[in-house]
Formats: sequence, C-alpha cells, structure tokens
Amino acid sequence: MEMFVLSFTIFILALFVGVELINKVPPTLHTPLMSGTNAISGIVIVGAIISAGSTDLSPTVAGVLGFLAVTLASINIVAGFLVTDRMLNMFKRKG
Amino acid sequence: MFVLINFSYLAAAVCFILGIKGMTKPTTAVRGNQIAAIGMLIAVVAALLDKDIISYATIIAGMLLGAGIGVWLAKRTAMTQMPELVASLNGIGGAASVAVASSTWLNALAANNLGSSGWSVAILASIIIGAVTLTGSLVAVLKLKGSIGETTKGKLWQAVTLITLIAVIVGSALFITSSEHNPLALAALVGLCLLLGVGLVQPVGGADMPVVVALLNAYSGLAGAATGFVLDNQGLIITGSLVGASGLILTAVMCKAMNRSLPNVLFGGAFGQTDSGPKQDEGEFYAGKVKYATPDDLALLLDGARNVVMVPGYGLAVAQAQHAVKELASQLEKRGAKVSYAIHPVAGRMPGHMNVLLAEAEIPYDQLKDMDAINPELPQADVAIVLGANDVVNPAAAEDPGSPIYGMPILDVHKAKTVIVVKRSLSPGFAGIPNGLFIRDNSLMVKGDAKDVLQATTSAIKEL
Repeated sequence: MEMFVLSFTIFILALFVGVELINKVPPTLHTPLMSGTNAISGIVIVGAIISAGSTDLSPTVAGVLGFLAVTLASINIVAGFLVTDRMLNMFKRKG
Repeated sequence: MFVLINFSYLAAAVCFILGIKGMTKPTTAVRGNQIAAIGMLIAVVAALLDKDIISYATIIAGMLLGAGIGVWLAKRTAMTQMPELVASLNGIGGAASVAVASSTWLNALAANNLGSSGWSVAILASIIIGAVTLTGSLVAVLKLKGSIGETTKGKLWQAVTLITLIAVIVGSALFITSSEHNPLALAALVGLCLLLGVGLVQPVGGADMPVVVALLNAYSGLAGAATGFVLDNQGLIITGSLVGASGLILTAVMCKAMNRSLPNVLFGGAFGQTDSGPKQDEGEFYAGKVKYATPDDLALLLDGARNVVMVPGYGLAVAQAQHAVKELASQLEKRGAKVSYAIHPVAGRMPGHMNVLLAEAEIPYDQLKDMDAINPELPQADVAIVLGANDVVNPAAAEDPGSPIYGMPILDVHKAKTVIVVKRSLSPGFAGIPNGLFIRDNSLMVKGDAKDVLQATTSAIKEL
C-alpha cells in the first residue's frame, strides 16, 4: 500500500510538471508535440518486453499478447520519433 | 543491478522532460526530439536487462516487425495526412497497453501470483483506457478520412454508450472483488471496453475530431501511466502523466478556441440541434449579394497591396495548396509587399496542422501569426486572402448573438480593406450556417480550387 501512495504522489506531481512544461510549447509546434508525445507513450514497451520475455517459447496466450504488445509499442516509438523529426526539420530551416 | 535498472527508468523520464522542454522553441525542437529518443533507448535497454526475462526471441521478432512498420508509416505519410497518422498511433498505443496489461495478468494467473486489489485496479485501468483509446481512435481515423459520415442515430449511440459504461463498471467491480479468476471474464471486459470506445466517439461530429484526437492522445498517456502502476515502475508513471498532461492541455486549447466545453463537444452533437431549428435559406441569404472575381482581378488587386494576410483553412490541406501559397507569397514579397499568415487554433484537422503544412512549403515560421497576434494587425491589411477557411472567419461569431457560433473567437478578416475568399462553392462550413463575410461590401469571392486559383494568380502577376 505504501508503494501505491508513493507512486500516486509521483503521478500527480508529474502531471503538474507536464502542464507547466507543455503550456510553454507554442501553437506552431502543436502537431509535432502530439506525434512526439505519441512516441513517448510507447514507453509501455518496457512492460511489453518484460511480459514477452518472461514466458518461454511455448505459445501461450500471454506470450502471443506479449509479442503483440512489443510489436505495437515499437510501431508507436519508431513511427512517432521519425515523423516528428521529419516535421521539426521543416521548421528548422528558415525561408 | 535492480537499483541501476530503476535509475535508468528515471534517466529516461528526465530525457523525456528535457525533450519536451526542447520543443518549446522551433530552433531547439529537433534536438529535443532526439533527446527523447535517447531516453526511449535507455528505457528499452533497461527493460531488456530485467531479471524476469528468460527468452529474447519473441522480443526481438516483435521489435523488428514493429520498427519496420513504423519506418514505413513515417516515410509514407504525407503532411496533409498527419491527423490520421497521429490518431492511428494513439490507437496503437492504446492497443499496446491492453496487450501488456492482459499479458501481465495472464502470466501472474499462471504463476498463481496475482497482486493486491490495488494491482487489479491498475490492470483494469490500463485495459479500460487502452481499449477505449484503440476503438475510439479507429473511429476518429475513419471520420477524418471521411469513410464514416455524421451519424443520424446520435441518441441510439448515446444509449449504447451508457449501457456499455454501466456494464463496464459492474464488470470491473465484480472482477476486482471476485475470488474466482477466469481469463474469459477478462476477455469479455476487453470486448465491452472496445464497444465503449466506438460508442463514445461515433456520435461526435467530424469537425470536432481535432478535440477527440487530442483527448485520445491524453488517454494513451494515461493508459501508459496505469501500466506503470501495474509494473510498479515510476519511470513509466512519470512518462505516462507527461503525455496525459500534454493531451489534456491541447484538448483545452481546442475547446477554448471553439468557445465550447468538453462535455458539449463530446455529448452535445455538432453545434446543438442545428437541424431542428428553422433553417436559414442559403440561396436567399446569398442571392445577388456575392461579388465574384477572377484570378486576373486578384492579381491586379495584389499588385498594389503592401500588406497581405493569408488565412489558411482545411480547404488548403484538401487542395494541397501549401506550395502554391508560398509561390504567390514570394512573388508579392519581390514586389515589396509584407506577407503574413493568420492561423486560427482550430484551422485544419488537428492542433498546429496548418503550421506543419506551411512549414513543409518552407514558409518561415516567424511569418505565421496566431489569432491574438494577428487580429490587431488585420485592420491595417490591404488584402486578406481566405483559403478554404469558413467558420473561423464568420463575423456572426462576433456580431450576431443569435448565431449558434456566437462567442467563438474568430480571425477578424472582415476588418481588412479587402477580403478575397477562395472557395469551391458557397456551401456552409461545419457549423452548417451561412457566412455573412461573403456578402460584405469589402469582400470578393474567387470560386475554385485553392491551388488552381493561387497558381493562376501567380502567373497573372508575373505578366503584369
């Protein structure tokens, strides 16, 4: 239970950090911000890796779901970061 | 080793915070994105070192497959399709959360090692938010593409949503309190949540999709944070809440720009009951009052203009006219005119959509002005060119208290000396109301596709 309280505290504090931080992002960059945070939300790959790796090769439902999760999270991360980079490079060059 | 791994997750979270901080300025944004990517690499390496991992085959196969699809998606997507891509990625993120939570639960069940009820709540939160994000995003993508139109059965969908919501709540309560653990019960719950996602987004109007996409972005983050609670991983919690906060702020920005509350967007249907009231006859509204012009007239007018403001809208994206705008602007600048771009927060189909399109055409970002910056300058503008925007320049929002969009902040283009409206037809915008701007004394309409009109104008100017 103590662990939960600690985690919840961190959750709420991080929300405030996020609000402060993102309020400073100019509207011009809102689309790259969305695709960038999309890539970051691919962090669930951490959970995906652990559940895909902790079952041995015998095909269980959990194993298949783990494989699926790793694949989906990888799509999110790779597509998110690459497309954000593509967009931001357009903003970098000036006229 | 355990401590080291946990510190790595913290390091990753710090990288993400620094990365987003970099995104506060266009000049540092590319670096910011790279820092965030490094953070992700750190997190992935840390996860690979986890003590519970006994086999790497499935992990590597999944990563290669996912990365391949990801590269393909990122390279293939045109800038005009960015809203669809972001919405799809939201959905994929949601699906990943569902898969992680279900897989973790099944593993724990097999090992007879189910956690406390707090842990079950976290599993359920991942599943509910993730599944709603998945199907909600799917519907949003189809609506953005125009594959699904406006629903006429809004009430029916709301009833379905309500029943599903109650079923999900009851099901969750049973799932947490029950001592019997049946994988089929979990599967049924996932199914209900998938249906709930469809029911929540289906009744929302196509014009409101930007708000929905921003909100689903927040959900995908919160689903990640819930996964963090499942795994007792604070790095994940921090990251998830960052993304959640980002989505929530963008949602709030969009709602404010439409002068509507979030519940009104989600449950109110598009702009109240426009179809129930007496419909204004458009033919009569515009009859004989709209003055038409040709690209040649436009060229003559622009030749003498010193201060030109372009007002891009969704029509610009549809016509893929961003490069044509840039060409015309360069011609005008060669003749000594000052050109700026007025961007309404809800122009296009997602926050910042217009900015990305104009950036693609290599228009310097310091010429892009947001609503508060450009409105005081508009009365000094010689010519304002409205390119496929409609409701965001409707003066009724400022002047007619009876209008359904009254109170919505607009770009005051009607205050410019001359307004040119480039539009394919007189059809109303998403609000479904006629636009008084088109019949003002100082406005001229050029009928046609934005790209064709701009190109014709540019060549006419060159010949002058």
